[in-house]
Amino acid sequence: MAPPLLAVRDLSTHIVTKWGTVRAVDGVSFTVAAGETLGLVGESGSGKSMTCLSLLRLVPKAARIVAGEALLEGEDLLQLPEADMTRVRGKQIAMILQDPMSSLNPVFTIGMQVREPVAQHQGLRGAALTRRAVELLAAVGIPSPEARLQAFPHQMSGGMRQRAVGAMAIAAPPRVLIADEPTTSLDVTIQAQYLRLLRELQARHNLAMIFVTHDLGIVARMCERVAIMYAGRIVETGPTRRIWSAPAHPYTQALLGSVPGIGVARRKLTAIDGQPPDAAAVPSGCAFHPRCPHALPRCAVEAPPEVAVAPDQKARCWLVTPHG
Amino acid sequence: MRRFLLQRAIRAVLTLAILSVVIFALARATGDPLTLILPPEASAEDRANVSQELGLDRPWVVQYGRFIGHVLVGDFGISLYHRQPVNELIRDRLPNSMRLAGFAMAVAILLAFPLGVLAAARKDTLFDRGDQVIAILGQSVPTFWLGVVLIETVASRLQWFPPGDIGGLDHYILPGFTLGWFVVAGMMRLLRSGMIEVLDAEYVKLARIKGVIERRVIWQHALKNALIPVVTFMGMYFAILVANAIVVETVFAWPGMGRLAYEAITTRDFPVIQAVVLVAALIVTVANLAIDALYVVIDPRIRHAG
Repeated sequence: MAPPLLAVRDLSTHIVTKWGTVRAVDGVSFTVAAGETLGLVGESGSGKSMTCLSLLRLVPKAARIVAGEALLEGEDLLQLPEADMTRVRGKQIAMILQDPMSSLNPVFTIGMQVREPVAQHQGLRGAALTRRAVELLAAVGIPSPEARLQAFPHQMSGGMRQRAVGAMAIAAPPRVLIADEPTTSLDVTIQAQYLRLLRELQARHNLAMIFVTHDLGIVARMCERVAIMYAGRIVETGPTRRIWSAPAHPYTQALLGSVPGIGVARRKLTAIDGQPPDAAAVPSGCAFHPRCPHALPRCAVEAPPEVAVAPDQKARCWLVTPHG
Repeated sequence: MRRFLLQRAIRAVLTLAILSVVIFALARATGDPLTLILPPEASAEDRANVSQELGLDRPWVVQYGRFIGHVLVGDFGISLYHRQPVNELIRDRLPNSMRLAGFAMAVAILLAFPLGVLAAARKDTLFDRGDQVIAILGQSVPTFWLGVVLIETVASRLQWFPPGDIGGLDHYILPGFTLGWFVVAGMMRLLRSGMIEVLDAEYVKLARIKGVIERRVIWQHALKNALIPVVTFMGMYFAILVANAIVVETVFAWPGMGRLAYEAITTRDFPVIQAVVLVAALIVTVANLAIDALYVVIDPRIRHAG
């Protein structure tokens, strides 16, 4: 197997608040290879977005990346001087945000906003720059791209705006593309088109993609591998197919059981009891134990280590038995 | 866009019309000008003659009609005190005031932008706290006091700059700073709060993600959005500047419209009061129209509406 393009190990990002330290990201490890899509799945507040922003070192002011490494082709992004991060951001790792209505600057034209990363990362100027911007808009399927250069964000639909954001993301083109719930705020029909577009772009540029979502249906369609996050930790990771057919962690099982049409057909839908944990007061031991139907006394005391359930599937749970 | 600007223009004309009535009435409410024009020992007959000569014996409606008729053709009448056409007085004084106000506004913008923007970018640092102190002082220190203190210290003791009267550029420093000071404080605070809000926006996050360097994120991506509230208040600040000019020009013996207004009010020189206020109002109104046009340039959402 090819060595991973991006390898994240033991990443921890904490937020210091008046009420204590929140372990937003708590020892997260994963890898992504070129051309591969990793799904990062979890409830709101489970640390998915914070993990991604940590890779770009753009966490909010109150947050600190306290430990870990993020190796992009062997170079640790977390150790780079800040000045070098501008050649990582947008150039090697690009990101698409959730809401296209608010992620474009309302007072600048689409043209200016698409040209900007091209000028910066490819050093193009003048007519060549405009030509490339038009190319990029065409590549993401925006009709009459020349005319669109003069348009302002408010003159475009949500789907078109998100395509424009996609055009900016592939400007460099990058090695890694992070898509943070890119279709959550789009109509269902537009969603499907946009996902297809992301697939195309990935294939064309051989991108390693991290796809953040809480939509398990999208994960099944988009991601070869998946990492399930709960309260800042990855509780289970492995190939999507394998996890969908044989989830090892009770949280994954509950998550899949709460969605219609995934896994075993025609069974009763179940809800996960209780609430996602309060970020400032994460339960001791395994953070899922208060909601877990199979919890043992031990689960409340000691956090389970990561165990290989199958050669390529790992879970953090006291109940799972190591394979082999 | 055209409708937006047209609406603003119509509103401006209405404002001026209403103001002309108000100022006409107010000027007459301050007292009888005859007591100032004529010596105390003037006879009743003298009073009646002068009153008739100046048209002060006619009903107010008629006086207003004559006044507005003349104003529309650009004639503000004769000063009761200077015995000289008001137009001449204004022609002499207005440029002095415009230069001082322009200088003050330039000082305000040059100070407020770096201070306000950097305070937001370095929120909660020592720089930001210092900024807040400047802002509070700026909004609470009265203009006349600041002017007198500057004359006493910088001009009189240190002798760095002349204490008053018009002259070369060095004459502009103290009155210009005094006049602009209030505006610096207000504009700075608006920029700071606007920038803090905008720097949290998703589009600023995306700009950083794209790899845009922080300086550009702040001074281009964020600032253009934070400018919108500042521009809104710019018209008000300009009006405050014009009003404060009365105090500043009086304190610094600046031969401008402000001091002319002060002199006219103390001598109940109606034609001059009316003229000064109307001209000032006209300037403020035109400035506000220009600001509305500026909106259109900054915010494309207004440009494409209507």
